[in-house]
Amino acid sequence: MPGFLKAIGCLLRRDLTVALRRSTDVLTPLVFFIIVVSLFPLGLGPEPSVLRTIAPGVIWVAALLATMLSLNRLFANDHADGTLEQMALSPHPLTVLVLTKVAAHWMLTGLPLVLISPLLAVQMNLPESAMGTLILSLLLGTPVLSLLGAVGAALTLGLRGGGVLVSLLVLPLYTPVLIFGAGAVAGVIDGIDIEAHFSLLAAFLALALTLAPWAAAAALRVSLD
Amino acid sequence: MHKYASPKFFYTLAGQLTPWMAALTAMLLVAGLYLGLFIAPADYQQGESYRIMFIHVPAAWMSMFIYVCMAGAGAIALVWNVKLFEMFAGNCAPVGASFTFLALVTGSLWGKPMWGTWWAWDARLTSELILFFLYIGYMALEASIDDPRRAARASAILALVGVVNIPVIHFSVEWWNTLHQPASVSKVGTPSIHPSMLAPLLLMALGFTFYFFTVALMRMRNEILERERHTTWVAQLLESKS
Amino acid sequence: MNWSEFFHMGGYGFYVWGSYGLALLILLLNLYLPLRRRKTVRRLLHEFLRLKEQTR
Repeated sequence: MPGFLKAIGCLLRRDLTVALRRSTDVLTPLVFFIIVVSLFPLGLGPEPSVLRTIAPGVIWVAALLATMLSLNRLFANDHADGTLEQMALSPHPLTVLVLTKVAAHWMLTGLPLVLISPLLAVQMNLPESAMGTLILSLLLGTPVLSLLGAVGAALTLGLRGGGVLVSLLVLPLYTPVLIFGAGAVAGVIDGIDIEAHFSLLAAFLALALTLAPWAAAAALRVSLD
Repeated sequence: MHKYASPKFFYTLAGQLTPWMAALTAMLLVAGLYLGLFIAPADYQQGESYRIMFIHVPAAWMSMFIYVCMAGAGAIALVWNVKLFEMFAGNCAPVGASFTFLALVTGSLWGKPMWGTWWAWDARLTSELILFFLYIGYMALEASIDDPRRAARASAILALVGVVNIPVIHFSVEWWNTLHQPASVSKVGTPSIHPSMLAPLLLMALGFTFYFFTVALMRMRNEILERERHTTWVAQLLESKS
Repeated sequence: MNWSEFFHMGGYGFYVWGSYGLALLILLLNLYLPLRRRKTVRRLLHEFLRLKEQTR
């Protein structure tokens, strides 16, 4: 058992360190997120009431797209230098190793999105009362995006056209999270009860945590064979 | 189990079944069309346009049914490594996507006279649209992988992830729709089913189902020939036919 | 049976026949594709077997 926990801690530390060394990989999705949200006022006009209406959807969709962009970072580098094969061969369950990698990935992709979202919310004229809901919804939602994205990234490992292909596979699966995540923020502005939204987001997270690493590990084995 | 899973056995069996399936398909569709177009009375609210339902609803049912078949066959292929199920799963996708597309376009054609727009984000159509994307993704993934074994297994995993997500997506879209759609639109949907409307609906659905089986068998026979080209039975078969 | 009324479909003719027409198109297409593929496969396999005989 100690060996197992040590392995996880090691992997986590390693992934975080490696990613932080390649800081452009980490910063690019974040900058993309900011740029995409800024495009909407440019495209639609700066009318504050319009921006306020579209803000929840825009921020959420931008978060989806930014996550998509970051997915190739998850397995591709380790695949290129053979580390991934080593992980598959190791005595530790691949499912848990995948979960660890996704956790590291989320800490450097999803979490920054969550932290910078208030800034973008202000840009989009989102009322302050909705700020907390926005942060919480993204906090619950972005891990699901990373988890589902991991399955897509595992399936498309090493394939040409990988980036766009992953988007095609994963974006339809993101729609429930989008509906309830953006719905929660829009709901709190309209004053409706959003308890159901958060229950569902939490349920999605629980479901994704249990099923996605397993599916991603299976997909990795298929891709590595 | 092994005898039935042998490609040669299945090839012969499929060859014998196909004409019967095709005949059954034709009879069911003709019967359904006759009842739907000539016998069923015009709807009180929607007039004659509701007859699109006899295409739209069975097509939508098929799009779901085929996806589930695809996922199920893929699961069996993954777990027990049976090539026939692999082949079946892969050949489901184009027909399934076709039915989804048909459901979407007929839904739009049905909606235009009813709602005044070519596209309305109602729950059923939106779910169908997402299902269409899922089919496209499946086919894109399979096409992107050169190794047929990896392609089959990867698509199987994707289909399983999809099939688990479909109820979640459906539920989410339903909920999203009730919040955003004005009540008038959701009321004008399927007319309350009169018995004379139910029969053609079911006949069309059965007709489409046997059509799917017919096409699947035809496609699988082609694939078997290609995959088994190194065997003597294929060589003999081709010799005897030329 | 009033045929002109039948084709008119109470004013909805375009929508109804458009739908049924598309359905027919799709059914025929999905039937045609495997038939055409069959011809191609047989041709390719004949080639393949011929080459196999030659290089024996």
